Amino acid sequence: MVTAFSIVFMRDLFAIVILFGIYSLVSASFFVNLDAVDVALTEAAVGAGISTVLMLGTLALTTRREKKSSHGPTLPLMVVTVTGAALIFATLDMPYFSDPANPIHQHIAPRFIEQSGQEIGVPNMVTSVLASYRGYDTLGEVVVIFAAGLGVLTLLGRFGKRPEITMPSPSMSHHLILRVIAKALIPLIILYGLYIQFHGDYGPGGGFQAGVIFAAAIILYAIIFGTEKAQRVISPTVIHILMAVGVLIYAGVGVITMFLGGNFLGYNVLAHDPVHGQHYGILLVELGVGVTVTAVMLSIFFDFSDRKRIQSIEEQ
Amino acid sequence: MNNFLGLYNYWIVIILMMTGFYIVIAKGNLLKKVVGLNIFQTSVIIMYVSMAKVKDGAAPILTEGVEKFSNPLPHVLMLTAIVVGVATTALALALIVRIYEEYGSVEEDEIHEQDGSF
Repeated sequence: MVTAFSIVFMRDLFAIVILFGIYSLVSASFFVNLDAVDVALTEAAVGAGISTVLMLGTLALTTRREKKSSHGPTLPLMVVTVTGAALIFATLDMPYFSDPANPIHQHIAPRFIEQSGQEIGVPNMVTSVLASYRGYDTLGEVVVIFAAGLGVLTLLGRFGKRPEITMPSPSMSHHLILRVIAKALIPLIILYGLYIQFHGDYGPGGGFQAGVIFAAAIILYAIIFGTEKAQRVISPTVIHILMAVGVLIYAGVGVITMFLGGNFLGYNVLAHDPVHGQHYGILLVELGVGVTVTAVMLSIFFDFSDRKRIQSIEEQ
Repeated sequence: MNNFLGLYNYWIVIILMMTGFYIVIAKGNLLKKVVGLNIFQTSVIIMYVSMAKVKDGAAPILTEGVEKFSNPLPHVLMLTAIVVGVATTALALALIVRIYEEYGSVEEDEIHEQDGSF
């Protein structure tokens, strides 16, 4: 909260972005405290990692200082105070914190908690709700991420014209310490990503978090050794294909279950034993999620970094 | 817990939410507005996750000897919301970059000035 308040008063956008990263990390630890380990993992990887990198990329492409706003803070402050007071008044009718008798714990949640062990056979309830009970929602969200990746691509990407970029991308490979540490860390990050991806059924984790962690490993490589070298490892074309492949894996699993006589995304028919079917289904679907998330994050990052190089070529 | 202090989680959420809201409506810098929107989003996430908490409950992973779990459903919804949030944030940042390339500024006032609106 303190970090959130200082963001209001700071002018230096660079400091704001770093503070925002700290804010995300603090809220991640807050989520652990509230038993939401999966959410905490996601927030730590996404908020403190990827969004900070993207915002820094935007800073590099635009400007660093905020100018003084021309209108005074009185009117917005009044609006905010009135809204806040109204909301606090509204909370008086809300159920108390952490009371097991709250309405939210009565409706469908007990069924998830009691039945998912037998029906899905996956210890992590978050995974079984995410990939099986609410598989439609998750498919929709993967499509949203895919669409956002496409949007960034159309706004910043270079379709058609493709000017040949001869300028070397900025890199930090002359820093010996950074280079050595990064080389030691990147395999470990990828290994950890794989663990998160495939162990998500048993512990906290899953496709979303693993995808972000994979992307973070490659982005780290691109920052230290330069974008070109990273793009030689995994070319933009491959990334763009992978973006679609992930969504297709997810939707494909749904279509296959339909052909096997089940419902769309009803994994029970995938194997002779319904529980095994659920296992296969969740594994495949999480793989699709992981592939799409990795590819979209990488595509967005490369769009930003290529843009910077195009800008600096045009300036010359 | 039979007093108003049992509602403190909502109040934290509202304070954070209003901080984000204030940044969005009072500040002219577009990047700062995006940060404000993200703070707003985090407050909503905190609200859902804090509602899912059950007293003495454990993280919702089936383990032997644990019978009381926190509610897994809000966790699922918020997990995907975070990832979708970062994707939309990236889209907003891309728009800011394009605006900067067109107008040479990311300040709301200067953009309006160039458009001749207001």
